[in-house]
Amino acid sequence: MSDSRSCRDFVAPHIAVLPKSGIRYFFDLVNTMSDVISLGIGEPDFVSPWSVCEGAMYSLERGRTSYTSNLGLLSLRKAICDYVAEEFGVRYAPENECLVTVGVSEAFDLAIRAITSPGDEIVYHEPCYVSYGTEIRMSHGVPVPVCTYEKNLFALDPADLEKAVTPRTRAIILNFPCNPTGAVLTDEQMRDIAKIAVKYDLAVIADHIYSELHYDDRPMHTVAALPGMRERTIFLHGFSKAFAMTGFRIGYACGPNSIVDAMMKIHQYAMLCAPTTAQYGAEEALKSARPDMHRMVAEYKGRRNVIVSRFNEMGLSCFNPQGAFYVFPNITSTGLNSQDFAVRLLQSKRVAVVPGNAFGACGEGYVRCSYATSLEDIRTAMDRIAEFLDDLKAGKA
Amino acid sequence: MKLEDRKYILNALVKNAKTTAADLAEQLGASEQEVAAEIADLEKQNIIRGYHALVNEDNLHDKPVKAIIEVRVRPEREGGFDRIARRLSNFPQVTALYLMSGGYDLMIEVRGADLNEVASFVSSKLATIDGVLSTATHFLLKKYKESGIMLLEEERDERLKIVP
Ligand SMILES: Cc1ncc(COP(=O)(O)O)c(C=O)c1O
Repeated sequence: MSDSRSCRDFVAPHIAVLPKSGIRYFFDLVNTMSDVISLGIGEPDFVSPWSVCEGAMYSLERGRTSYTSNLGLLSLRKAICDYVAEEFGVRYAPENECLVTVGVSEAFDLAIRAITSPGDEIVYHEPCYVSYGTEIRMSHGVPVPVCTYEKNLFALDPADLEKAVTPRTRAIILNFPCNPTGAVLTDEQMRDIAKIAVKYDLAVIADHIYSELHYDDRPMHTVAALPGMRERTIFLHGFSKAFAMTGFRIGYACGPNSIVDAMMKIHQYAMLCAPTTAQYGAEEALKSARPDMHRMVAEYKGRRNVIVSRFNEMGLSCFNPQGAFYVFPNITSTGLNSQDFAVRLLQSKRVAVVPGNAFGACGEGYVRCSYATSLEDIRTAMDRIAEFLDDLKAGKA
Repeated sequence: MKLEDRKYILNALVKNAKTTAADLAEQLGASEQEVAAEIADLEKQNIIRGYHALVNEDNLHDKPVKAIIEVRVRPEREGGFDRIARRLSNFPQVTALYLMSGGYDLMIEVRGADLNEVASFVSSKLATIDGVLSTATHFLLKKYKESGIMLLEEERDERLKIVP
């Protein structure tokens, strides 16, 4: 047996103290079981559109296997900038205001590293994507979460945001439609948030990864399009969710040249460039896979309607989220906390959901259910959850 | 009902004709009656023409034989191809018939119990009809995809069970 004291501990203290993702424990538990219906999967159940796969294969056939420019293929950056201009109403220059990255994950990491000095405070809304807080700490920044509430449909209340701003605040992170709640912002809320950013001269990191997946009948929008915002917004987006391309690992950042240039410096040394084959696939996605994307969005919407009405019918209050592919039902009426609810549901009914507190303390009392899974599985899972609630009431679960 | 919802219903039924109005109502956030009325309307307008089972005959014991036949015909002064096409459509062996642009005129899909049945349909019925100039018969060997559905057993990509 090795004596842990005799091993020199090389891990840097600020990394050693980072928590493992709250999802990790749960993941290991699920993996010990078979016959589980998982509503815990934050990625599309669709295979990437065939034209995208074909585009990637074609690039291989032509021997396009070298590095690309650090920024990414110019043809892809042009297509991205056209897409962003057309769909979000903000124009970026493909030559120096757009950087292709390894998913939004890398783009987010670059953005945080590019703007954060030790001690800088970065404000973001919780419950949120699991990486935000830890990414900030890895850059020696100070994470400042602001709670969002069911009564506000989990939108970020501008007044709460403003209260969190201090002289050390450097930036605000926005992710709407939101993982894990599916929340979106109204135009008015977005305007008020933008005003706060301008008033306190803050940068905004806008994570748009779920933008296409929205179910209200309005066009996509971004805070970057509002007055005084283009020069302070880092617009992050990618192909993982809308085009069902998680495994391709392509994302991008658009923003003012000074910030993109700084991000590009880090990217150049740390990553060199995003995978070439995947960049060709992404280019094809913008060229030909938008009808596939619209078809997937229509299907998600149908599933959302089913899952939301089932939860409400069985007595778990569940607000009707307008975006992403998650619902965030309130489970406090069961008397269980999120962790116990998820573990007992898994053990007794073989349905996996993610405890809400994995996304921040104020996610306690909720669970995240992804409807990026077949309607058939959703219906079976809902039947099983209803049974679970009955068992709980009868004191059997 | 909104055009978007009508399209949703059609798409769902094309994919699975057994989808019930109740199922669709839940997906659309509409009432079952509304959806049933919409489906009835689609049927009345002849947009929905029928509901079929998609059969993979490869898995049947007595698997039928299918052929695609290219037919050149002499169009008539009045009615062009329509009269002869209608006449051919009446044969129960004919499962589909299309007027085509290009090197031939009609494409006929024919189905029979065995090779002989199809061959004799072509030689004794089809080729003898006045106005039929020539036929070229292609037997189907294997079906990979039909009506948008892949018929080959495919392995599904296993996703991780929990993803943040
Ligand atoms: C809010 C949010 N941002 C970023 C990501 C990472 O996406 P990518 O695959 O582009 O790295 C995810 C993935 O789940 C996400 O939910």
